[in-house]
Amino acid sequence: MELEAAAAIGKFIGAGLAAIGSGAAAIGVGHVAGNFLAGALRNPSAAASQTATLFIGLAFAEALGIFSFLVALLLMFAV
Amino acid sequence: MAGTEHSEGLAFHPLEQFEITRLFGHGPIHWYTPTNATLWMALATLAIIVVFVLGSARRSMIPGRLQSLGEMAYDFIYKMVEDVTGHDGVKYFPMIMTLFVFILFTNLLGLLPASFTPTSHIAVTAILGFGVFLFVTLLGLAKHGVGFLGLFWMSDAPLILRPIIAVIEVISYFVRPVSHSIRLAGNIMAGHAVIKVFAAFAPLILISGIGVLVTPISILAIVAIYALEVLVAFIQAYVFTILTCVYLKDALHPGH
Amino acid sequence: MATTETAHEAAKAGMPQLDFSTFPNQIFWLLVTLAVIFFVLRTVALPRIGGILTTRRGQISGDLAAAEELKHKALEAEKAYNAALVSARAEAGKIVAAAKAEIQADLNAAIAKADAEIAAKTAESASRIDEIRAAASDVVASVAKDTAAELVVAMGGAVDARAIEAAVTARLKG
Repeated sequence: MELEAAAAIGKFIGAGLAAIGSGAAAIGVGHVAGNFLAGALRNPSAAASQTATLFIGLAFAEALGIFSFLVALLLMFAV
Repeated sequence: MAGTEHSEGLAFHPLEQFEITRLFGHGPIHWYTPTNATLWMALATLAIIVVFVLGSARRSMIPGRLQSLGEMAYDFIYKMVEDVTGHDGVKYFPMIMTLFVFILFTNLLGLLPASFTPTSHIAVTAILGFGVFLFVTLLGLAKHGVGFLGLFWMSDAPLILRPIIAVIEVISYFVRPVSHSIRLAGNIMAGHAVIKVFAAFAPLILISGIGVLVTPISILAIVAIYALEVLVAFIQAYVFTILTCVYLKDALHPGH
Repeated sequence: MATTETAHEAAKAGMPQLDFSTFPNQIFWLLVTLAVIFFVLRTVALPRIGGILTTRRGQISGDLAAAEELKHKALEAEKAYNAALVSARAEAGKIVAAAKAEIQADLNAAIAKADAEIAAKTAESASRIDEIRAAASDVVASVAKDTAAELVVAMGGAVDARAIEAAVTARLKG
């Protein structure tokens, strides 16, 4: 019984820890967007051709945050 | 689920909206049973037909609203395919257009209140993601044979590093469909769940005095997240499509 | 309703996304949907929209070419007009110059004629003036002689006609 309670507590603690990953992904996404903006302001003529690259970079950075969100959800509802 | 006994009266069921239910009657869900997923996919198909077939039915030289919507989407994806995959990728344009409009319309229809979003389900996005992966891999192998494996062998890297890079490249290649499908489902699921969580706070004004403060904030938050979700619906469709194009380019031109 | 709800809840405690019993259903309907969308787009929508865009692009470029041609024509017309204008101006200048020369010649002739007439008249007038002057000086001499004679008479002298004449003539010459 105590083991089950500990497991339940652990689940939620783990989910909370996994949610930190979402914040880390937010930092990553901010880096991508910020650096794109810095580059785009230096050379605005090249910016339009690189928006696809920007979105790919954003998607990759964001995917990892989504993974941690998924881990949190799995811990909360599926384990 | 732990929150339910803590705040009695407020119903936190952020994942309830993702449940698959039968459209008619009761009983188990077989593979052929019409469900809410069926309904919303059908509605998305209907919307696509309205925009792309009925909208352009008059073939007017000066387009109306629906027709210019269809033309914009056509031009957007066509240019993307041509820019990313090159001229020989244009052959696969209908397939990529299908992916784009399906994801876009299911995402947008899923934002209607009380609707269901098929793209929030791993089963759907995994079929899309692994389907693209399989198609692209088989296409690359069929077009280039063993030469397709050159994708993993960086000929411009130092010789000692090449096997290590090859291992990393192989792993990242096989992670592609996973991240490809989970990105879409995760984004949509997260957005809808967040809206639902805020929505669960909204009726607090009926229960407790603090609701005077919480209810307006939660309603404002729902509006803000909703706007973000409209954006995300577009961006995720765009990202899924452009990554498909990038993978297709790798299959068509494995030499970097 | 409540009992079915709770039974439902109990059956699906976890994420609906991980309820594998619904997977075949979703996958089946997804494939059906994708097939329908692909078929519709492939056979009807995309060729039609592509055709519309192509014809519009053709129309626009054709119109642009036509406009370019028209502009070219307009430029040519303007050039021709300008050339015509220049030649007309030169012609007009020539005509003006000719007219001017003609007028100048007429004017010169008229001036010359007038000059000649004036000279003739002047000469005539001068001769007449000379005549008049001569006549006048004769009259003055005779009047002076008469007056001198009268004066001499009045002073009680004898009139010596010859002396008086000589004196008057000397005075008039003086």
